[in-house]
Amino acid sequence: MNNQVKNRIKDKLFSIWGWISVSIGIVALAVFIIDILFDGLPVLSFRFLTSLPSRIPEKAGIFTAMMGTVWIFILTAVIAFPLGVASGVYLEEYGIKNRLSKLLEINIANLAGVPSIIYGLLGLEIFVRIFRLGNSILAGSLTLALLILPIIIVSTREAIKAVPQSLRDASYALGATKWQTIWYQVLPASFGGILTGVILALSRAIGEAAPLIVVGALAYVPFAPTSPMDNFSVLPIQIFNWISRPQKGFIQNAAAAIIVLLIITFLLNGIAMYMRNRWQRKMKI
Amino acid sequence: MISAEKEILPILNQQELYTVEPTHLHVASSDIVETIDVNVFYGDFHALKDVNLAIKKNSVTALIGPSGCGKTTFLRLLNRMNDYIPSHMVRGKVLINGVDIYRDKIEIEQLRKEVGMVFQKPNPFPKSIFENVAYGLRIQGIKDKHLIHERVINAIQQVGLWNEVKDNLRKNALALSGGQQQRVCIARTLAVEPDIILMDEPTSALDPISTSRIEELILQLKQKYTIIIVTHNMQQASRISDTTAFFYLGELIEVGKTTDIFTNPRNERTERYITGRFG
Amino acid sequence: MLILSDKMKKRKIIEFSIEKLLLASSLISILTTGGIIIVLTIEGVAFFKEVSVIDFLTDTEWTPLFTQKHFGILPLLSGTILTSFIAIAVALPIGLSIAVFLSEYSSVRFRELIKPVLELLAAVPTVIYGFFALIVVTPFLQKLIPGMSSFNSLSAGLVMGIMIIPYVSSLSQDALLAVPSSLREASYGMGATRLQTSVKVMIPAASSGIIVSVILAISRAVGETMIVAIAAGQQPRLTLNPLVPVETITAYIVQVSLGDVPHGSLEYRTIFAAGITLFVFTLILNNISYWFKRKYQEKYE
Repeated sequence: MNNQVKNRIKDKLFSIWGWISVSIGIVALAVFIIDILFDGLPVLSFRFLTSLPSRIPEKAGIFTAMMGTVWIFILTAVIAFPLGVASGVYLEEYGIKNRLSKLLEINIANLAGVPSIIYGLLGLEIFVRIFRLGNSILAGSLTLALLILPIIIVSTREAIKAVPQSLRDASYALGATKWQTIWYQVLPASFGGILTGVILALSRAIGEAAPLIVVGALAYVPFAPTSPMDNFSVLPIQIFNWISRPQKGFIQNAAAAIIVLLIITFLLNGIAMYMRNRWQRKMKI
Repeated sequence: MISAEKEILPILNQQELYTVEPTHLHVASSDIVETIDVNVFYGDFHALKDVNLAIKKNSVTALIGPSGCGKTTFLRLLNRMNDYIPSHMVRGKVLINGVDIYRDKIEIEQLRKEVGMVFQKPNPFPKSIFENVAYGLRIQGIKDKHLIHERVINAIQQVGLWNEVKDNLRKNALALSGGQQQRVCIARTLAVEPDIILMDEPTSALDPISTSRIEELILQLKQKYTIIIVTHNMQQASRISDTTAFFYLGELIEVGKTTDIFTNPRNERTERYITGRFG
Repeated sequence: MLILSDKMKKRKIIEFSIEKLLLASSLISILTTGGIIIVLTIEGVAFFKEVSVIDFLTDTEWTPLFTQKHFGILPLLSGTILTSFIAIAVALPIGLSIAVFLSEYSSVRFRELIKPVLELLAAVPTVIYGFFALIVVTPFLQKLIPGMSSFNSLSAGLVMGIMIIPYVSSLSQDALLAVPSSLREASYGMGATRLQTSVKVMIPAASSGIIVSVILAISRAVGETMIVAIAAGQQPRLTLNPLVPVETITAYIVQVSLGDVPHGSLEYRTIFAAGITLFVFTLILNNISYWFKRKYQEKYE
C-alpha cells in the first residue's frame, strides 16, 4: 500500500514537471519577446523602416537590409521552389526502388543535416568565385536555395504520399499519362502541403545569417539593391552587426530590427500552419 | 494465307496501325475480350492460373468468387491497371478486339480509353461535377468547348443524374451522396466513349437504393457497352449478368450463362460457393 | 487502340522529357553534396600542404590570424563541444520530459495545440537567440556568478538548448507514439502508473527513435553559428570552463568571413580546414542517426 502511494505521488510529481518543461521554452520566448519590445518599440518608427544605415544610431534605419531580405526571399523562392518540388515529385512518383533512388534518399537526409555555414563555404567557392557572381544577391540566393532544397523535397514527398492512390487510379483508368495524372490530380491535391513546406523553408532562409556572411553579404550597404547582381545586406546580418557594437543606441536598433524580423517569421509560420490545417482537413474527406 | 496477309497489311498501314500478328484478326468478331492461358504472378504469388475466358460484345459478365480468388486481378488485367505493381508479371495472351494488349505495341493510354473502369469506392476527383466528367476528354487534348459540353451532358444524362445535378454542375463532386458520386464516376468513364467498362464491386460501398439504381443503369448501358463486373453479391450477379464466371484460388473454375450457373452448376465448388457454404 | 496518332507521339515525347527534367532536378542534390566535398577537399588539401595534419590535430593553440601562427583545431573543437554539451544538457531532459508528458499524460487536443507553439522555438532566427544570450541571459547570470565574462559558453549553450528543445521533443514524441499501444495497455493492465509505464516500457521501446532525436539535436547544436558567434566570444581556448570566452568552429568561420582575408591565402584556407572538421563531425552524427532510424523503422513495420 505504502509503495502504491509513493508511486502515485511520483506520478503526480512528474505531471507537474511535465507542465514546467512544456512551459520553460515558451516562457523563455515570452520573456525575451517582452524584453525586445521594451528595448525596440521606442525606436521602431516609419523613419526607422525607411532610413539608410548610419554611424549614428539615432539616424540609422533598416531600409537597405529589409530590401535585401525581400530580394533574397523572392530569388530564393524562384530558384528553390521549382527545383525542390520537381525532385520531390521525381523521388515519390518516378523513383523506382533502385540504387540511384536509395542514394538520392540517403543523400538528401544527409544534406538536411549539413550545417548552414558549410553551404556558405560551398556558395563562396562555386557561386562567388567560379561563377564569378561576386558578393551578389544572386550568389546569396543560390546558396540559400541549396540550403532549403532538402526541406522542400522532404515536405513535397510527404504531401504527395498523402494523396490517396484511388485518385491516381481514377486518372489512369481514364487514359491519363503519368505526367497528366501528376499535373492534374496529384499536384493540385498535395499543393497545400507542398506550399506549407515551401513557406517554412523560406522562413528559415530569411532568418539565416551565417551562410550569407560567408558568401560576403555586407554589414554596411549604403543603398538598397536594385538588381540581383548588387551587393546586399539582410535583416539578420544588420542585427548581428548592431549587436556587436558597444553603443546602447545600436542595441536598441537591433531590438527594433528583431521585432521586424520576428513579425515576418511569425507571419510566415502562421500562414504555413493555417495552410497545413486547411489542407489536412481537406485531405481527410 | 500469304495472299490474305498481303491484303490485310496495306489496310493496316493506311490506318497508321502497328503491325499485328494476323492470327489475332481471326478471333470471332463477337468476342470482344479473350484471354488465352493467362497466368499472373505477383512476385512468387501465382494470382491467376491458365485462365481462358471469352467475353461477348454487349453483354454483362459477372466475376464471382471468394476474396483473393483472382477476380479483381483478372479485371485489372484487362486495362493493365496492374502494371503499377512492381513485381507483377503476365504470361499468356489477353486479346481485346483481337489485339494482344500485353504483347503488341499498344498505347496504354489508348487502351484505357477503350476499356474504362469504375472502382469499388466512389473516387471522384476533388473538382466540380462538370470537370470530373470532362477530365477524360481534356487529357486527350480536346479543346472544342461545344464538344466537351455535349459529351459531358450526354454522359450525365446516361447515368440518370441530369435532373439531380443540372443546376449545379459546378458543385464539387465530393459534396454529392455516395450513390451520386459513383454515378459521376460512371459518367466520367462514359464520356470517354469506351467499348468495355470494368466495374470492381461498384456498389459495395453504397446503400440498397443507390445500389438498385446502379444496377438498372448497368442493364441500360449493356445496349452500348460490354460490361465486366466483379461482385460479392450473388443476387446482384444473378439479377444483372448474362454470363457468370466463378474464380477460385486463381483458377477459372466455371463459366456459363448466368441462369445455368445459378440453377445448375456443373462444378461442385461453384455450387457450394453460390449456395453460401464457403466464401 | 493501335492507332498512334501524332498527338500521342507528341505526348510521349513530352512525358519522356519531363521525366528526364525531373530526374535532372533531383540530381542537383547529389551535385550539392559532391560540390561540398570537392570544395572542402581542394581547399583542404591546399591547407594541409602547408600545415601538417599532426599539428592540426594536436597543437593546442589556434592563432592563424596572429603573427605567431598556430593551427591546432583542438581549441575550436573544444569550444564547439562545450557549447553543444551545455545545450544538450538543457534540451535532453526538458525535451524528453515534454515528449513523455505530451504522449502519455496530456490529451490529444492539448498535444495538437502545443506542438506548433513548441515548433516556433526552432523557427526563431538564431541571430535573435544570440541577442537574447548576450543582452539578457549573460547580464542575468553575471549577477548570480560573479566573475563571469560577458562572452561565455554557458549562456550561449543555455539559449541554444532552448532553441533545440523542439528537435528532441517532437521526434521523441513521434517515436513514443509509434510504439504499439498494446504495450502501454499491457503495462496499465498490470497496475503500473503512467510514470512507471513511461520509464519502464515506453522509453525503452522507443529508445532508437529517442536516440535519433538527440543525435539530430547534437548535430544541430554543433553546426549552430550565430548564437555562439554573438554570445560565446571569439577567443579560441582549450578549456572546459563555461564562464570564459571561447570560440567554436562556426564562429571562427564567421570571424574570418567578416574580415578582409585575401582569396588563396593560408588564412583563407583555414576556414575550409575548419569546415572539413565540422562537416565530418556532423556527417558522422547524421549517419549514426540514419542508421538508428532505419533500425527502429524496421522494428514496427
